[in-house]
Amino acid sequence: MSRFLQVEGLTRRFGGLVAVNAVTLDLHVGEVHAVIGTNGAGKSTLINMLSGEIAASAGRVTLEGEDITARSQPRRALDGVGRSYQRTTIFPEFTVLENCRLAAQAAHPRPWALWESSRGCATSNAAAQAALDATGLRSEAERIAGTLSHGAKRQLEVAMCLATRPRVLLLDEPLAGMGAEETDRMLGLLAQLKASHAILLVEHDMDAVFRIADRITVMVNGAVIATGDPAAIRTNPDVRTAYLGEEH
Amino acid sequence: MKSLSSLLPLLCAVALAIAGPMLGGYLSDLVVKVMILSIFALSLELLVGMTGLVSLGHAAFYGIGAYATVLASGKDGGNLLVVLALSMGAAALYALVTGALSLRTRGVYFIMVTLAFAQMAFFVFHDTPVGGGSDGIYMYIRPAIGPIDLENRTVLFYVVLAALAATYGLLALIRRSRFGAALAGIRVNEQRMRAMGFPTYAYKLAAFVVAGALAGLAGCLVASRDGVVNPELLAWHNSGEVLLMIILGGLGHLRGAVLGAVAFTLLKELLSTHALVGPLADHWQLSLGIVIIVFVALLPKGLIGIAQRVSPQGAAR
Repeated sequence: MSRFLQVEGLTRRFGGLVAVNAVTLDLHVGEVHAVIGTNGAGKSTLINMLSGEIAASAGRVTLEGEDITARSQPRRALDGVGRSYQRTTIFPEFTVLENCRLAAQAAHPRPWALWESSRGCATSNAAAQAALDATGLRSEAERIAGTLSHGAKRQLEVAMCLATRPRVLLLDEPLAGMGAEETDRMLGLLAQLKASHAILLVEHDMDAVFRIADRITVMVNGAVIATGDPAAIRTNPDVRTAYLGEEH
Repeated sequence: MKSLSSLLPLLCAVALAIAGPMLGGYLSDLVVKVMILSIFALSLELLVGMTGLVSLGHAAFYGIGAYATVLASGKDGGNLLVVLALSMGAAALYALVTGALSLRTRGVYFIMVTLAFAQMAFFVFHDTPVGGGSDGIYMYIRPAIGPIDLENRTVLFYVVLAALAATYGLLALIRRSRFGAALAGIRVNEQRMRAMGFPTYAYKLAAFVVAGALAGLAGCLVASRDGVVNPELLAWHNSGEVLLMIILGGLGHLRGAVLGAVAFTLLKELLSTHALVGPLADHWQLSLGIVIIVFVALLPKGLIGIAQRVSPQGAAR
């Protein structure tokens, strides 16, 4: 199994605060790699750095062996690094389909082709439909996104990420606020997606993490304290002390 | 119903084309003025309504287009197409340079930086001899190409009408294109657009340059109409007025921009007519200000909002 996305010594300082401290991990196609940790452990900052939204103070990110540390966020997205947001950041006034079509359009932008309508773009529509099918939003395609239920908005968040046809998925708490049924559906989707994607999952729902993750990295105060398969993490004494609490 | 509504701009253009020769001198002149301001307002609508970039320096491109027209027409009037290309090009170039810098800022800072660049251009024309200083410069002869001679008022009318139709058509095309969809996405959520892979800076700069060029077109026409330019064209209150027009008409709609330009110009005209409002006409700025405040308070979606209330599906554009 090749290292698809490799992170070496990634560090981010905000003034005196080290939000992410020399994090090293790697993502593989066929694997869900969960990153867990308490609030403020640096998980979202890590995703922001991997997607290029904020620059790294030190360290290196490589995608299939190519150094992408200096690449801009849009460039990384086009290279196949897709992300979803912890706080839903859809386009509330567009329809569900338009949200996904716009996401898909990034890979087929043709901004100079003013005579072609965006609505009629077969390439983007196909990618958008596929993303809607995968996330079970097909029946909601014509709804205005802002009027969806919270759970459906979270699904749309992931659908928009999928519509860009990424190879790496950086998912920031995709299950936040979801009901049991929606959680099951999302985990089913992740299990399906991992065959063809390298997935990084930041999630607070521990039951879900231990159900779906193939590997878990535990962060405390910006640093990685343990990485391993779920069974090893469950029994790791450092993790128990720092994260799960002494009483476990 | 819907198809009729989407044909409305075309019908308006045809009606104007037919009515053109029948209008008297004053009315024809007023219509030309409104059409030029409509082009100016539409160019700003591309930035404010479609991309979400509130610029308070749009008059700079208008004024630069106007000055370039007078300077390029020289002593013999010059070739209309060359003059047009030069004035739109000059405005686009200024938009490229100032846009590249100001688009590094956001929100209220963007407003301030665009205002600052416009003031800079204003003082260049106001305080240096390049454009005749604060008095401005007169045009010797209006530009022409073949039989299309802007010295002829009827020809000017049709050239302005054609320019308005072309501007409206271009922006309508942009709206429905992928480029327009991306601009709408940037207006709603730029962060997400970047995360999906759109180089949003380049998109915004492209919109800024196109908007600048179209404002330059409006400037070229206003210079050809008046036969004179002065630094007031670039003044900040001119930028403010065009912003008021598109807000008055209704942001996010092309016909809102045109409606706003029409309404604003007519209000200004009516409120400064002694026969209608008596001595208040001398204080038209005051009455215009009050009327606009009332309009904005009662019609938060602008004049286009009235049409939407009457037929919700009718004002989709």
